[in-house]
Amino acid sequence: MNDMSRVEKTVDSKAIKIAANNVQVYYGDTHAIKDVNVEIEDKTVTAFIGPSGCGKSTFLRCLNRMNDTIDTCRVTGDILLDGEDIYDKRVDPVQLRAKVGMVFQKPNPFPKSIYDNVAYGPRIHGLAKNKAELHEIVEKSLRRGAIWDEVKDRLDAPGTGLSGGQQQRLCIARAVATEPEVLLMDEPCSALDPIATAQVEELIDELRSRYSVVIVTHSMQQAARVSQKTAFFHLGNLVEFGETGQIFTNPEDPRTESYITGRIG
Amino acid sequence: MALSWLLLILLALAVIGYFIGRSRALASAGGDARDLHSLPSYYGYNVALSALVPALGLLIVWLLAQPMIVNSTVSGMIPDGVIAEGTDRGLVLSEVRRVADGLDGAVALGAITEAQANNAEADIEALTQQLKDAGQVLTQDITKPILVAAQMYRSMTATGTVVMRILVLLVALIGAAVSYVRTNKDFRARNFVEQGVLALLLLAASIAILTTVGIVLSMFFETLNFFQLHDWKDFFFGSTWAPNFRGGSELSILPLLWGTLYISVIALLVAVPIGLFAAIYLSEYASGAVRSIAKPLLEILAGIPTIVYGLFALLTVGPALVSLFGDGGVLGVGWMASSNAVLTAGLVMGIMLIPFVSSLSDDIINAVPQSMRDGSLGLGATHSETVRQVVLPAALPGIVGAVLLAASRAIGETMIVVMAAGAIAKFSGNPFEAMTTITTRIVSQLTGDTDFASAETLVAFALGLTLFVITLGLNIFALYIVRKYREQYE
Repeated sequence: MNDMSRVEKTVDSKAIKIAANNVQVYYGDTHAIKDVNVEIEDKTVTAFIGPSGCGKSTFLRCLNRMNDTIDTCRVTGDILLDGEDIYDKRVDPVQLRAKVGMVFQKPNPFPKSIYDNVAYGPRIHGLAKNKAELHEIVEKSLRRGAIWDEVKDRLDAPGTGLSGGQQQRLCIARAVATEPEVLLMDEPCSALDPIATAQVEELIDELRSRYSVVIVTHSMQQAARVSQKTAFFHLGNLVEFGETGQIFTNPEDPRTESYITGRIG
Repeated sequence: MALSWLLLILLALAVIGYFIGRSRALASAGGDARDLHSLPSYYGYNVALSALVPALGLLIVWLLAQPMIVNSTVSGMIPDGVIAEGTDRGLVLSEVRRVADGLDGAVALGAITEAQANNAEADIEALTQQLKDAGQVLTQDITKPILVAAQMYRSMTATGTVVMRILVLLVALIGAAVSYVRTNKDFRARNFVEQGVLALLLLAASIAILTTVGIVLSMFFETLNFFQLHDWKDFFFGSTWAPNFRGGSELSILPLLWGTLYISVIALLVAVPIGLFAAIYLSEYASGAVRSIAKPLLEILAGIPTIVYGLFALLTVGPALVSLFGDGGVLGVGWMASSNAVLTAGLVMGIMLIPFVSSLSDDIINAVPQSMRDGSLGLGATHSETVRQVVLPAALPGIVGAVLLAASRAIGETMIVVMAAGAIAKFSGNPFEAMTTITTRIVSQLTGDTDFASAETLVAFALGLTLFVITLGLNIFALYIVRKYREQYE
């Protein structure tokens, strides 16, 4: 009886895109992430908040195995993407990262033209059969990155010549171009001014219609504005996870309350 | 009293100045160092520097100026008649100096007395014998005018030295005294000492720069001399290098330039791929442990003297190449007659340049921000795709700069080509033939018995200056490229 109601509830809400069970992360001897269980839904913006060093970025980087590039990092537990363990030996981290795109804290356009920046992923993965198709992908991605109108006349200009906010939207367009299913964003607005931040936030809201978006942020206002689900991390533990509205208005855990009211962190 | 004694006295003055300056400052503040404008030691340094620096400056200027003044005075005393056919005033003057040194030495040994040495009416033959007995070196018999000039030289030098010592000590004392008097608790000794340090740094920088200018100028004037003796059109546009010390040489730089560039290109063909790949491995793939061992090992190559590379080329690489490409060699092609060849020199020079390219490229690749790599990896690129398509293009300007620096090093390299390239100046595309380079010809034109008034010798300066201009141009171009693209990520 009880089981039935749970199934109904899942069907009722959106499908689970990523499920993490008992995830532990160690950097050498440091236990950075302790026993995290979280379910990230499709077509939803999930925000990870918490004080610096609480492990939210580390956990985010586990979701597309970017931590593999750090020698001392060790991950245990299961992270399932569409029910498949991404840490399984059969999974190629390179292909996984094409499915789980990532946008970084600092805009990091390659020292190439705007066009080549966006075409980089599709070229690597052979997504376009010919030039016309590639051009179509680039245009579509730039439109989804809400930057097409600003750069359509100068696609050959270097991506590094754009302003900070434009660069970050270019990076989002670049990530979108590989047709990912999940977009991970590691403090995407921390290097941007308020206007650029507002543009990127608006973009994140639009991206929700196609992708599952996970965003790490230091700004609680930003988490409240853009996300539907919020996870609060503290000292490597996932303290609380739930509807954004509930976390911010009626948190269950006293630590969450302290953090969002500004007493810790 | 030798010069070292003077320096010791100056140092002693400075040390004493340090302590009295320090204690006077402390005394003026009533023993409380917190009342002083500066730390007590700054007052000490101030007095010490004031004693030392002007005195040393005077000493240096005096030491430079005195021989010039004495020489010109003594030179004026020598009548034209004394200057024999086939010599010039400079030779007579050096004879005068030799006699003066001989007299000094003889007096020092006690073989003759000071009065005898200064006696203008002395019996010249007896004096010569006395000097020879005292073991002094004389190349020819002393004549009357030379003896008089030498005696004048001695007396002027002696007077000058005494005056110099007195003046230097006086300046030191005055400097110390002035700064000692100025020392009180409000005196800004710290700022003063900082100014002194600044002047010191400035001096060091200007010495380095002025030396460069001096080198260029000396080359430049000798080159002008060369072009008065030899047609510049033949030098720059001729096709033959055939120096002939009996005159009528053809001295064209072009065959030499061809050899230089050919060898350099082969060297770069060896050094650039190997050095670059080594740098990519070390900076992108090697683990910390491998890197910490491999990088210093690679850089040891850079510390090997080029003469050792030359020996390596002569004894190992050359014969090995001959046994491959020579008559009856492994390949049976018989292309290579002698181990002296463009290929030998180019290969060994390439090996020499590997650490140069790899070390610079390694630094440049490391300077590519990690966020670039993360961005590419985050899009699902593999490590090698990331290196090929993001890291290398980002590092390319710097790598080009490194290659250009290596090229200018290759063009200026001497020892390896002297030993391994051969000595035949010619235009040829065959890498198994011996050829020669600009640097080798400079060495051969200037070694041995040379006459600095002939075009065959002076051509070395023209060659050197041309080489300098080429490498300078390459360096400037390399720096320009590196600078233009360096701040791309900031």
